[in-house]
Amino acid sequence: MITKKDVQYIAHLSRIHLAENEAESLTKNLEGILTYIEKLKKLDVADVKPTSHVLPLENVFREDVVRESLSQNDVMNMAVEKNKGSFKVPQVIE
Amino acid sequence: MKNYETVIGLEVHLQLNTKTKIFCGCANTFGQNANTLTCPICLGLPGTLPVFNKEVLKNGIRVGLALNCKINSFVKFDRKNYYYPDLPKAYQISQYDFPIAKDGYLPVQIDGQLKNIGITRAHMEEDAGKLIHDSEIKASLVDYNRTGTPLVEIVSEPDIRSPQEAYDYLTSLKLLMQYLDVSDCDMEKGSLRCDANISLRKEGAKEFGTKAEVKNLNSFKAVKSALEFEVGRQKKLLDSGERVVQETRLWDEAKQITLSMRSKEEAHDYRYFPEPDLVPFTVDQKVIDAARKALPEFPLAKSGRFIKEYGLSEYDADVLIQDKNLSQFFEDCIVNYNEPKKICNWISGALKQELNAKKINFPEAKLSVDHFISLIQKVDDGTVSNLAGKDVLKIMLDTHKDPNAIISNKGLAQVSDEGALENIIAEVVSENPQIVEQIKLGKESAIGFLVGQSMRKTQGKANPKIINQMLKRRILDV
Amino acid sequence: MKLNELTAHEALAAFKAKTTTPKALLETVKNAINRTEKKVNAFAHLDEIPYNSKEDAKAPIPIAIKDNICIKDYPTTCASHILKNFKPLYDATVISKLRESGANFLGHSNMDEFAFGSSTETSHFGPTKNPWNLDCVPGGSSGGSAAAVAANETIWALGSDTGGSIRQPASFCGVVGLKPTYGLVSRYGLIAFASSLDQIGPFTKDVEDCALLLNLIAGHDEYDSTSAKIEIPDYTKSLINDAKGLKIAIPKEYFIEGISPDVKASVDEAIALLKKKGATFTEISMPHTEYAVATYYILATAEASSNLARFDGIQYGLRSLPKEQRKTSLIDLYEETRNQGFGQEAKRRIMLGTYSLSAGYYDAYYLRAQKVRTLIKKDFDDAFKQFDAIITPTSPTTAFKIGEKTSNPLSMYLSDIYTISANLAGIPAVSIPCGFSKDNLPIGLQIMTKPFDEQMLFRTAYSYEQNTDWHKKRVNL
Repeated sequence: MITKKDVQYIAHLSRIHLAENEAESLTKNLEGILTYIEKLKKLDVADVKPTSHVLPLENVFREDVVRESLSQNDVMNMAVEKNKGSFKVPQVIE
Repeated sequence: MKNYETVIGLEVHLQLNTKTKIFCGCANTFGQNANTLTCPICLGLPGTLPVFNKEVLKNGIRVGLALNCKINSFVKFDRKNYYYPDLPKAYQISQYDFPIAKDGYLPVQIDGQLKNIGITRAHMEEDAGKLIHDSEIKASLVDYNRTGTPLVEIVSEPDIRSPQEAYDYLTSLKLLMQYLDVSDCDMEKGSLRCDANISLRKEGAKEFGTKAEVKNLNSFKAVKSALEFEVGRQKKLLDSGERVVQETRLWDEAKQITLSMRSKEEAHDYRYFPEPDLVPFTVDQKVIDAARKALPEFPLAKSGRFIKEYGLSEYDADVLIQDKNLSQFFEDCIVNYNEPKKICNWISGALKQELNAKKINFPEAKLSVDHFISLIQKVDDGTVSNLAGKDVLKIMLDTHKDPNAIISNKGLAQVSDEGALENIIAEVVSENPQIVEQIKLGKESAIGFLVGQSMRKTQGKANPKIINQMLKRRILDV
Repeated sequence: MKLNELTAHEALAAFKAKTTTPKALLETVKNAINRTEKKVNAFAHLDEIPYNSKEDAKAPIPIAIKDNICIKDYPTTCASHILKNFKPLYDATVISKLRESGANFLGHSNMDEFAFGSSTETSHFGPTKNPWNLDCVPGGSSGGSAAAVAANETIWALGSDTGGSIRQPASFCGVVGLKPTYGLVSRYGLIAFASSLDQIGPFTKDVEDCALLLNLIAGHDEYDSTSAKIEIPDYTKSLINDAKGLKIAIPKEYFIEGISPDVKASVDEAIALLKKKGATFTEISMPHTEYAVATYYILATAEASSNLARFDGIQYGLRSLPKEQRKTSLIDLYEETRNQGFGQEAKRRIMLGTYSLSAGYYDAYYLRAQKVRTLIKKDFDDAFKQFDAIITPTSPTTAFKIGEKTSNPLSMYLSDIYTISANLAGIPAVSIPCGFSKDNLPIGLQIMTKPFDEQMLFRTAYSYEQNTDWHKKRVNL
């Protein structure tokens, strides 16, 4: 079953910082939900095709025609932090 | 000392040259001001949805066919989930288990031999934005103009056996893609990017060794140098009984070394799943057949044909096909002036030199077939000298004028009239008594020097053949 | 009757008869909001929007819009702290269409954070109250829209339905709520919860309004690849009060444990009424019904975990940094922003979804759930080969007390047990009022039809509604 360590790993994958007590209660919650979900294992689905799209649509395209872009000003108005027409983020070290 | 075999696989990202981005109508152009080529869709704003650019699929199919791949009749997109500031949705729309093309190969000339390098797959995906480090403000800046640029990622099999082979593979791939006209394949602009996987194994071993992934390769030369460095590094490790660590390493161009990425190595857990916002695509066999029919002649086929049809040497043919436009120009010229060897020499020699000197591509030179042929004909019939012809070409590229006009305007027509040359010959003979003596004593080759002197005095306008004859007659009385 | 208690079709008739004007109606509705909003808390954002003065407008009716549908330059926050101050740079397709029809947007209605919930209790702006009993939840996640309609704080509203988020609150609040066929209404501009399940739909006071509002928002959209390319009929033409010959199925799996006696009694009465009017009813079995909730929670949370990944503090909305550290790294920014920005339920669902997609679990969870989805859909396909419609209760219970289910996520999830299947199958489903419980809480009747047969849905619903008075009851607040 899901452990606190799993939960911390998932939290990291999800980029959510979890306090210790939060991780504990989440582990319990998820354990309950996952136990409930176990019921799907009762079904034999070996020969069943998965459904990704409920509508039988395919080949939906857009023509290669240019549409107007937003102005830098409009985009920057939305930015939580900006500099020189760009979004500013903490230094990324590689 | 043990011997190792080098095993290399390359992942090439190619930016397609469609008019618009892959999932929105923003223009697909390079070099604009930051964040001026974005819209709610490529910015990944909440609520927006992707709609697939028809032209990208078309080009994906063409790339697959050019690489001798099977084209999947069922194609879908998947989400590749990871966090990075240049990825506005925190997932990249890519293709996971049903790529557009798979199981192909690219024939590459290696040491004069053709070798087929396997192509595992080619898939379509969206490009990320650009993250620029700004040391002044001690922060990074994100520009999303590039976000959503259509990419085709071409993954090779681990069939490449040396850094030089990797270089040759890339050269062939680039040329092929230029013939297809799907990308401008400019590594400087980032429209072609390459990551390399490299490992060593004991000669004869079946199992692969542990590989390192090398990134930040900004030129074909960098790919080769980085791989050479890796061969040395991994060999040293293995020789001393150490292990190669599976990791991503960055090429440091200044120091000419690869370095382990300092950031902690994430377990790659991309949580791929089918993109629910895009429906699947079916590729009809008819569409594939039509695309195959419409493929251009590829470089290797063309060079073979040039050798067979025009009697060019392998070397000449190979030089010509390195540029799709020049090779086409070559054939256009031949239609009007059936002198393949001469035309080839003019294209591979003088024309290429001039283009290089001017740092322009052939199309930018706007050179017409008629002008070019009539120049060569003027040289061939002796109207202008070979040397003067090169000057005329230079002026043609600057002014786009008819070579005949240039020749008469500049008075470059070759002087073949012996009377007009008589004085110059006399002058040259009297100025160089020692050389004349040597010639008389039997060193006939020295006559070349006197021809040169005479040509200089006529500013290259004299017909060197005539000069040669006249000098011989005068000195040796023949 | 007060203007704000009118239905849209009554209001349109009044405009035509010149007994009132769109402006007067808007004023009355705004006054009603001022009077009762403190009690109900139906809205997340009520910033003023300029009057839509479009001439010859088809439907100049005031409308509340769920807080997850983008209105250009207007706070659109999914009732989440993480979208603090976020104003979209564009209008959702449904918003453009409504503008064109002359609609006046009243504001963004409250909801469960990112539509994660069945009670509107997880909103960053506090819970919405059920107008019929202020101690009870209005249902969710579109609880604000449902409550606003029930409280006469709007004439009608838009919500979104991923697993019942329109129908369940419609049922709890005694109004009409429709989840259209997947692909009928453009999702462009709907902030995604689960892309393969989400649909925008109307909340109205009666079935006629429902058809009118669907007319305004349905249709193909080139900005939505999953939008169906079909001819949209005039749905008001399907408002036919005639149940004769309708073949209706009753799936027995919807009438077992957990259903409240009041709900069962009301639904039985509704069935009896339609029978009297000439419909035939047959009990059928839909054997995969019991797997719907589990299937849904895998698929919906997996898609949500990816859809919500973009809320990371890089571009817009909230950016939070850990207080104790001097130097912040990118990873701290991500983790702290998302820690501060998301509520408990959002975290829970993101985690569950991430887990089911993560390496080694995909086949056991996500892929398996997609296969079970196929089986659930097949149950419906089979039923619709023989029947025109399926009728069930919308929810096993009436509105529950605020706080009653917040400590037990699973019990909350199970309250969607009757509505989830329609989303998995992509079919249209409507909830219409069909009575009240002993403690005077509304009860909803759910009608489902085959994909793109909203006409049959309206005919069945209308044939029932026109022979009852439930839809005419108004709350006195």
